[in-house]
Order: sequence, then C-alpha cells, then structure tokens
Amino acid sequence: MKVLVPIKRVIDYNVKVRVKSDNSNVDLANVKMAINPFCEIAVEEAVRLKEAGVATEIVAVTIGDKSSQEQLRTALALGADRAIQIETDQQLDSLNVAKLLQKVVEEEAPQLVILGKQAIDSDNNQTGQMLAALTGMPQGTFASEVKVDGDKVNVTREIDGGLQTVALNLPAIVTTDLRLNEPRYASLPNIMKAKRKPLDVKSAADFGIDLSPRTNLLKVTPPAERQAGIVVESVDELVEKLKNEAKVIS
Amino acid sequence: MSILVFAEHDNQTLKAETLKTVAAAQAMGGDIHLLVAGSNCQGVAEEAAKVNGVAKVLVADNAAYEHQLAENVSLLVTELAADYDHIVATALTTGKNFMPRVAALLDVTQISDIIAVESADTFVRPIYAGNAIATVQSLDSKKVITVRATGFDAVATDGNAEIVALDKATDAGTSSHVSDELTVSERPDLGAASVVISGGRGMQNGDNFKLLEGIADKLGAAIGASRAAVDAGFVPNDMQVGQTGKIVAPDLYIAVGISGAIQHLAGMKDSKVIVAINKDPEAPIFQVADYGLVADLFETLPELEGKL
Repeated sequence: MKVLVPIKRVIDYNVKVRVKSDNSNVDLANVKMAINPFCEIAVEEAVRLKEAGVATEIVAVTIGDKSSQEQLRTALALGADRAIQIETDQQLDSLNVAKLLQKVVEEEAPQLVILGKQAIDSDNNQTGQMLAALTGMPQGTFASEVKVDGDKVNVTREIDGGLQTVALNLPAIVTTDLRLNEPRYASLPNIMKAKRKPLDVKSAADFGIDLSPRTNLLKVTPPAERQAGIVVESVDELVEKLKNEAKVIS
Repeated sequence: MSILVFAEHDNQTLKAETLKTVAAAQAMGGDIHLLVAGSNCQGVAEEAAKVNGVAKVLVADNAAYEHQLAENVSLLVTELAADYDHIVATALTTGKNFMPRVAALLDVTQISDIIAVESADTFVRPIYAGNAIATVQSLDSKKVITVRATGFDAVATDGNAEIVALDKATDAGTSSHVSDELTVSERPDLGAASVVISGGRGMQNGDNFKLLEGIADKLGAAIGASRAAVDAGFVPNDMQVGQTGKIVAPDLYIAVGISGAIQHLAGMKDSKVIVAINKDPEAPIFQVADYGLVADLFETLPELEGKL
C-alpha cells in the first residue's frame, strides 16, 4: 500500500528563538532549519512499514518555498521513495495546508497518511485532523503504536490518562507522538542516493484553492520573564520557606 | 452572540478544566451553552448544570459518543455549530483530537491553545514552545477555539442551568474503540493537582521514582516527569510535563533532577511556586525557581520526606 507523509520545515529544535524587536514575528534570519521532529517520526514509521512489507511506496510532500526541498531530501534519505514540493512563499494557515494536502490525497490515493501531531513552530496540532475531516477519513492522533491489519489499522494513542487503542477503516490518517519510534540517522550512501530520487515541484496557485489568510498575526512578544528566586542551603530551610514564606504547604 | 463549550469528561465526572474553559468563554462574551456528549453521562450533565455562567446544558447521550471518537463527536458539534458564533473546547486529549475536524468541516481555521482572550475575535497563544507569545485575530465568521486551561481561573459551581436532551446519534462508522489502558493511580490528576513533583533524567532510572512517592503522598501531589525521563524509558508518557506533554500550573511545583530544558519550562513555568532540586548549580531550572536547593537528590529526597 502507498503511504503519504506530509512534512514541515521548521526551526531546528535546538535553536533558541528570538522575537524581532518590532514584535512582528520571531526572527528566522540565518537560523538553522530542520525537518519538524514529529514529521521525522512520521517518515520513520512509514519506512518501518515498508521494511515490514506492509507499505510498498512512500511519498513525502511539503508545502513551502524552494528551501523546503532540503527537508524533502532528508525524508528521501531516510527512505521515502519520491517527493512532492508544493511551492508557495506564503505562510499558510493550517486549514489551507489541509486543503492542499486534500488535493494530493485525491491524486495519490494513499491508504495511509502519517503526519506529525504538531509542528514545533506554530504548535497548532490541527493539520492532520483537518485533513482527516476534509477527506472523510478516520484518524488516530498522538500515536504510540500503529498496526495495519487487513483493511483496518489499529492505532494506540497517547491520551491524558494513559493509552487508548482505536480501529480505523483504511484509508486513514495517523499523527505521531514522541514514543512511536526513534528515527534513524540517514547514512551517507542514502543521502547520496536521495539526490537522485524524484522530486516533483508543483505551484500552490495551480491547485485552484482560495488560500487567503484566515488569521491575522497582530503581534509576537517574548514571554513574561520569571524572576529567579533564592538558593536555600538545606532541606530544613526549604521546608521552612515553603511553610512560612510561600505558604504552599502546612 | 452565543458560545458552545464542549464539556470534557469521562462519562462519570466533569473534568475540572472545563470550569476554566467556561471562564475563557465568558471573556469572549455571549450566552454559554455547555455540551455533554457521552454515553450514560447523566451524572456529568447534572454537574455541568451547576457550572456558573452556563445558560443551558445540552446532553447528547448515545452509544456513538461513549468513547468520544473524533469522527462521531465532530459530526455532532458541526451540526450544532449553526447556532453559535464560537465553538470552544479545552485543549485536552478529547478537544485536541476532534476540534480541528469541526473547524475543517465548518471551513474555518482553529485558534489552538489560547491563554488569554483580548476580544471576541482576538486571542493570545504561545508559539515556539512558549518562547514567543502570539496575539492572533481570527478572520473567520465562526471561531473554533481550544483553551489552555491553566491560563484561566475556574468559575464557581453554584449555578442551576436548564438541561436539554438532544436526540442525536451521529456515527461516522469509520472507526471503533478497541481498548483503554489507563494508569490507575490514587493520586490526583496532573492537570488538576495543586502540588506536582516531577523527576528528570537525574532520577537515573524508573525505580528511583519511588523516592518521589512518599513526598507526593504527604503533599497530596501528582507525580510528573520531564521529557528526558520519558525518552529514557524511566516512566510512561502520560506523566510527561512540557510542551509535548501536559501543561500544568499548580500552586507548588517541585522539579527534581530536571535541568530545565525550554521544552520542560513551557509546561510548568506558570506554576505559582517552583522548587528546584538539582546538584548542578548551573542548571537552567534555577533561573525560574523560587527556591533552589543545590544538592544530591538521593540524599535530599529521603530527608525532605522525613521533614514534611
């Protein structure tokens, strides 16, 4: 079966972000970019399904400017078979991203779409669910285990109180949580091979979707700084402070 | 203006976070209706009727909603949405799961995880793991919003709203519930506890988390963990506090053997009082702690337990 893996180019998770002095957004100039960590887990899961003989083809897709091809090459080096870049310079709202992906799903007809549960830049946690709604597919969000069984997929989900397993009719959407797998490192030969794998570029404008913004970003500010407190010398002093100064224990 | 708030519950009790989400809805302004979708959830409906500021409780009691599968609940909420300007849910497992489906079905985008309400269409939300705070205006006609409960103070529960039963059974028929594997604990929920004690990589292994238990018992605390401790396999992910785990804001947060990665701070820095116990005096956690103790946790924890 075919697996589609939408991915996103984001700031590297090790980089400390800074807000621009005019409070218009965060400053991404000359900042190291990478594949969103949850998307990397999604690619890895697809590759494991292929290694297990369940998946036959893995298509990675991203929406962004030309630089996002770097992340598609990363996905190809990790084991995706081909890639699609939907080119746009616009910062798209999740709904518009989901609408573009819906078109890709219609064209590619994958049995499984695996996405990261959220991108670490906008922290929205919604694109996978939106794509599921638009395509009428069932969803297994925040997955910690994915088992394909005939025309169904069983997804174990991380929920507030523990784990929940749901059975979904295929085709279905899965979004990844942290513990689903530990992504591999791309080997040098695979990085070289990835350069020759097919990468199609399509223009977002050609999809015939109204991509006008749904939100207006009014300002971005740094978070309120928390003042550092005091260092206590002993457990006795700590207990005393918590009782009499902070009054949070009795 | 009217607002539909989705009640988060487990068919037995209303989650305390819903009271905070109702507070967020009040700040948006308008009549508030609380939707209880579940199966055999009359008890929850009665609790919901007591929530202050709620004009009406809508109850969809049907087997299709027993496990609150996103496919089924999103169809119900989308159907009801015609009568409302705002559709609001708590950013907990259920809300995070189905709400974006509702947004897409209504052809609007969702404003996720808001921590403040500026006006009926403008909201404040953390981005980049809380390293930046964005003020966002929704341009859509209907607003679909999830609320980070720690950003709001709970409303009281001495109200008396009308309960209206809905005759709905939207079953998409594409998914089914197989099983739940819930952590059984005598301790309070991480999200609702007034005291939380969390362990990090410094705990060294899962067994050592027992050292936190005695203290948690004495303080009535919930036990959490950093992502590093979860990644290292010490404890399950449902204990994770941080950007990718649970967001907590208790009266007292005790971080033990946690260095204080941005990822973790994003999940706990709104706590009223923060205590850090770490043997590394340079650990970033001390920069946000009200009380820091530079010490070996294996000596400190037993002593602390004895002195509480």
